[in-house]
Amino acid sequence: MSFFFQQLLNALQVGSIYALVSIGYTMVYGVLTMINFAHGDVFMVSSYIAFFSALFLLKIVSQYASFLAFPLTVFATMILTSFLAIIIERLAYKPLRNAPRVSAVITALSVGILLETLTLALIGPEPRQIPPLIPKIVYNFQGASFSFFQILILGVSFLCMVILDFIVYRTKVGMAMRAISFDKTVVPLMGVPIDRIITITFALGAAVAAVGGVIFGSVYSLDPYMGIRIGWWAFIAAVLGGIGNIRGAMIGGLFLGGIEVFVTAYTASSYRDFIAFAILLLFLIFKPTGILGKPQIKKV
Amino acid sequence: MTTKDLIQLSGLKGKFQKSQWALILALVFFFALTFLIPRYGLLNEYIQLIIIYIGINIIMAVSLNMVNGYMGDFSLGHAGFMLIGAYISSILTVWVFPRNWNPIFTSIILFPIAVTAGGLAAALASLIIAFPSFKTRGDYLALVTLAFNMICVSVVQNIEAIGAGRGFMGMKKLTTMPWVFIWALIAIWVVRNFVYSNLGRGTVSIREDETAAELVGVNTRQVKVLTFVISSFFAGVGGALFAHILQFITPSTFQLQKNVDFLVMIYLGGMGSIGGSILGAVTYTVILELLREALTILGTFPIFASIPSLEVWRWVLAPLLLILLMIYRNKGIMGLREFGFLVPFRDQFGSRFWLKRRELTNANSSN
Repeated sequence: MSFFFQQLLNALQVGSIYALVSIGYTMVYGVLTMINFAHGDVFMVSSYIAFFSALFLLKIVSQYASFLAFPLTVFATMILTSFLAIIIERLAYKPLRNAPRVSAVITALSVGILLETLTLALIGPEPRQIPPLIPKIVYNFQGASFSFFQILILGVSFLCMVILDFIVYRTKVGMAMRAISFDKTVVPLMGVPIDRIITITFALGAAVAAVGGVIFGSVYSLDPYMGIRIGWWAFIAAVLGGIGNIRGAMIGGLFLGGIEVFVTAYTASSYRDFIAFAILLLFLIFKPTGILGKPQIKKV
Repeated sequence: MTTKDLIQLSGLKGKFQKSQWALILALVFFFALTFLIPRYGLLNEYIQLIIIYIGINIIMAVSLNMVNGYMGDFSLGHAGFMLIGAYISSILTVWVFPRNWNPIFTSIILFPIAVTAGGLAAALASLIIAFPSFKTRGDYLALVTLAFNMICVSVVQNIEAIGAGRGFMGMKKLTTMPWVFIWALIAIWVVRNFVYSNLGRGTVSIREDETAAELVGVNTRQVKVLTFVISSFFAGVGGALFAHILQFITPSTFQLQKNVDFLVMIYLGGMGSIGGSILGAVTYTVILELLREALTILGTFPIFASIPSLEVWRWVLAPLLLILLMIYRNKGIMGLREFGFLVPFRDQFGSRFWLKRRELTNANSSN
């Protein structure tokens, strides 16, 4: 039982990272109906940003208030990653707004690979880990052990999701986003600044992924290619939940976290990619709208 | 009106025969060269190897162009089919076929069988994936093929018997210049004939407007599946040739990165143009090799010697090139144009004939 409980905790932790990353996919798809394949690599870069800002902040802050290191790192990473996403959107995606959709998909793929190779060339392939930002306190509960940091991770990621949900469903900006995903020609005529909303969407998605990046970098190690696997898994999560649906992405992320942890725990870890992609394939074939997505009617 | 009538009427019979002879002569000349170059060492080993890679890339690009260029769909699974072809053919040549045969027999009889088997295996796999995936269109085909590619890679990574993630080796170096030439020729010939056939025109009509194509009686389901299967067959052939020149294959070679290479080739050359795919494959392979040379030379300078990852910058090029292509020239080098010798005479002379006729009627009416 304690083994199961421990695994469940791990699944929640991994799943919340997937959920945070998959929100970015699903938001951009909702607004632009474009699969932002570069998102996984934006997540990777955010993790590197977290690494460097943590090193920098620990040097400054540690003498005065070490408890500030974690929130400041998260904040700095969110801001910088949002800037990166905005730059990518402005330089690479905006010129292609009216181009065929295939062009946008290819560009997104290329941006992702460009981020990987640039990171590889500039920072190098050796794995790194974010220095501990929070003192390690371990609790025991019925044989399962978990640290204060793990609880904090879960808290932060759920807080992020709640805030995001609030933004999308309860504010004016969120209403504009949902309106654009509903009809792209009429909504700008109603006075919604479509370019600004799209930029905000990219920035928000990147900021949420950045939170995932900080968490991932603190728990596991980072390398330039980690964005591929996490990116794809998060993407599968988005499709599973119904792409374009934010709550679906969260559910899909947690579900995939469960798959990853339990497949690794009860079989071999090398099967996990196979199982994840097989699930993606089955969903694409039998239920392409995902768990929470609504079926779309193709207009002629 | 048959082709012969058109040729007669257009008064271009001499030109038609001349260009046909020129094409045959050129092919014979190049085919002879593929024997002579390795035999007498006319070019050094490195350049020979690059020529072989160019040939394989031409096969891959021309076949991918069928789906992505002519059909206007977006396949991201070409490397997966390449993987299937590579593994099946390697398993055949290493484990199944007798290894102590005369090398000439092996090269002439067994190797083409292995390559064809690799291609057929890839085609079979594509058939399995084609039927469900063509229910949906656009992004979803990209995703289905991509998921398929990832599944292929991770399945091979989990089969201990064929080396799992460590790779498979033991193949002899059976891919030679003449073989690559022949296979590239077959690929170009088949794709060209398909594209200008009735079915092929159905393929192009799907690209332009699927609903309209269906309304004028194109069996879109059949055309799509056929295009996809032929395309995958040649991807398998390319993989088989690739495995027998490298003599060592790992599943991770056939990841997404490989797909992006082929995408760059066809978009660089121009979508929906066989000539464009050939040009793109040649240009891209040569550019990458030249860049390797340039970076090696750059590395000898003391300023750059301290940078350990100079070689990595080579891989920055492909994605950057693709982004710039998409934004500034998404038609590629050739656009939708085609080399004259790749267009069937009927099409070439057809337009000329009608133009000539219009000229004549215009001249008559003005008199």
